[in-house]
Amino acid sequence: MSDLAPDTILSVRDLRTWFKSRRVIAKAVDGVTFDLKRGQTLAVVGESGSGKSVTSLSIMGLLSPPGGIESGEVLFRDSKGVVHDLARASAREFRRLRGKEIAMIFQEPMTSLNPLYTVGDQIGEMIALHERMSHAEARRRALEMLRHVEIPDAANRLDDYPHQMSGGMRQRVMIAMALACNPSLLIADEPTTALDVTIQSQILDLLRRLQDQFGMSILFITHNLGVVAEIAQDVVVMYSGRVVEHAPVVPLFRKQKHPYTQGLLACTPNAARDLSASGERKALYSIPGSVPPITALPPGCAFAPRCRYAIDACSSIPPQLEAVGDHHLSRCLRSAEL
Amino acid sequence: MSSIPGTTPPLLQVEGLIKRFPARGGKTVHAVEDVNFSVKRGTTVGLVGESGSGKTTAGRTLLRLIEPTGGRAIFDGTDIFALPDKEMRAYRRRMQIIFQDPFSSLNPRMRIEAILGEALDACGYPRGSKRKDRVNELLSLVGLQPDHARRFPHEFSGGQRQRIGIARALAVEPDFVVADEPVSALDVSVQAQVLNLLSDLQKRLGLTLLFIAHDLSVVEYLCDEVVVMYLGRVMERGPSRLVYTSPRHPYTKALLATAPIPDPERRRLHVPLAGDIPSPINPPSGCVFRTRCAHAIDACAQTVPTADHIGGDHHVACIRHRELAEIS
Ligand SMILES: Nc1ncnc2c1ncn2[C@@H]1O[C@H](COP(=O)(O)OP(=O)(O)OP(=O)(O)O)[C@@H](O)[C@H]1O
Ligand SMILES: Nc1ncnc2c1ncn2[C@@H]1O[C@H](COP(=O)(O)OP(=O)(O)OP(=O)(O)O)[C@@H](O)[C@H]1O
Ligand code: SF4
Ligand SMILES: [Mg+2]
Ligand SMILES: [Mg+2]
Repeated sequence: MSDLAPDTILSVRDLRTWFKSRRVIAKAVDGVTFDLKRGQTLAVVGESGSGKSVTSLSIMGLLSPPGGIESGEVLFRDSKGVVHDLARASAREFRRLRGKEIAMIFQEPMTSLNPLYTVGDQIGEMIALHERMSHAEARRRALEMLRHVEIPDAANRLDDYPHQMSGGMRQRVMIAMALACNPSLLIADEPTTALDVTIQSQILDLLRRLQDQFGMSILFITHNLGVVAEIAQDVVVMYSGRVVEHAPVVPLFRKQKHPYTQGLLACTPNAARDLSASGERKALYSIPGSVPPITALPPGCAFAPRCRYAIDACSSIPPQLEAVGDHHLSRCLRSAEL
Repeated sequence: MSSIPGTTPPLLQVEGLIKRFPARGGKTVHAVEDVNFSVKRGTTVGLVGESGSGKTTAGRTLLRLIEPTGGRAIFDGTDIFALPDKEMRAYRRRMQIIFQDPFSSLNPRMRIEAILGEALDACGYPRGSKRKDRVNELLSLVGLQPDHARRFPHEFSGGQRQRIGIARALAVEPDFVVADEPVSALDVSVQAQVLNLLSDLQKRLGLTLLFIAHDLSVVEYLCDEVVVMYLGRVMERGPSRLVYTSPRHPYTKALLATAPIPDPERRRLHVPLAGDIPSPINPPSGCVFRTRCAHAIDACAQTVPTADHIGGDHHVACIRHRELAEIS
């Protein structure tokens, strides 16, 4: 467990998180591996059901039965340099780490804020939970946090209830709460998906600025490749519970090695790209079929039924995640030729 | 097409559309205020804007699924807002809607053939063996197979369900279809399939389409013209290519600039739009966008800007659009 590189804050190794019922096993996360470097942002992208949220819940120790970690390690280095294996951490250990060392923000801020308390009280309570300080002091810190996340007229908003705020403001409050104890790792699960584009861009700018200021590392979960391009240094692409491609952001967008990543990028409408290509409007590239249910994955490569490069072997031999370039991994039998 | 382009009247002409809802305390929600645009026969018009801008409300009032507060909607020469219910019935068949959520818009207890059958009943399609052929025809039109007819909605993926929603809307052979965010609930890889299907059907059947979306990049693919809404009003409208290549309203510019670009080597222009969308219960005086506009001056609070025609069917509602065009 001591083999965690000093510049690495989080190392997920061959993580398997399964949901077991009497009849079926849903392998929601099936052998996921990645490292997050200190002060950096790693994006996890994939479509609905690919296992992004289950990965983040596994890291946070927030799974509930029938879900559980089947095997693997989740190594996390706290601010004192102590390495924890979160896959095996006790409830007590998690209580100490969550909020203080690792914080999380979700897609829908309304469900994670308590409607009965003012935002000031909620941020204050979060701080008081981990740090010894008076009520007045916690309130002052809460106000400071609201200013950090650029809530206009923060002093007066401190006593607002969540429902009195817009979606964008609630997400700012969530960020304020998450960062109140200066965590070293922030897990952001689709924090801008429910927001309008103009508000989304405000939140992305804010996160980038706060990262510079506070130096936290971010695990950023999204299904939007545009957002990935903007915020991440490193990208993990998931499909059906597995990592299919993993690369630094520039090589990934320049030259996708996995057919799924290629398809995903090609079918993402991109006004900038398509404007430069003048002339007739072309049909949008589309991937045929749809994501298979996790309980009935095809043998071999899970993407094979939808893949335009699939050969016979693809439907019987499960491809492994292999190096295809500098820090570039792909899970495809044909990645050498493509 | 036998007529000369540009001389045919539009299939739908919307004039001064208003929809207000009563709110608590005797207040009023100004969901749609004085909206004007037209949809030419056989073309697709995109209605874009952020959440709460009034897109759904506009789309539904045009089909009279909710009653308008004011304005006219001239459909094929007739102001359908002025029609009594009985006469409206014939028009209802000609105007259909595809809903955003393919999961809740189909009755889970009905087989696909019954769902499509219900739509066929509505237009008085005869029962019997011909009907079965028609169901199969509709299914193949949207890329599904005849054996799908006996299945229930839960047996389909999101994209397939949206295809069924499209088949249902097309069952009665409408002239005009409102598609209210038909791909927003779908995975990216499936969105493209449904967009291509809509575009293909539009061409093949000569449909006229009002396509509602909050995502400008999706609209660009499908639409001949775009109408950009903000807080119930039209900020800018015109042919897609003009609006996308030379947006003239500060809001359209900001919308285009803030959309994240899937290219890490191409930073989005940093034109952050400060603040939030104001409440439609108490919209700002004058230009409703002024509270977030970087170019707002005192005069912007005084009068509601009229839509200026700036050539080529391109309209912009901003009192400063001429001086701003000179600056940039
Ligand atoms: N409590 C549960 N019981 C059974 N299966 C579950 C449970 N929670 C999640 N799953 C399954 O695990 C898989 C991964 O789900 P997950 O929520 O991680 O997807 P995601 O990538 O976050 O998708 P989205 O983009 O929709 O949020 C899905 O197939 C889902 O059905
Ligand atoms: N039945 C209603 N009663 C009161 N207010 C309503 C009603 N329907 C819509 N509104 C309000 O009218 C405004 C416009 O809503 P509408 O649903 O048309 O927006 P939209 O552009 O479709 O947004 P979205 O992108 O979120 O679907 C909103 O402020 C909404 O809250
Ligand atoms: S392994 Fe085969 S099916 Fe899978 S992505 Fe590669 S080429 Fe396509
Ligand atoms: Mg999720
Ligand atoms: Mg709507």
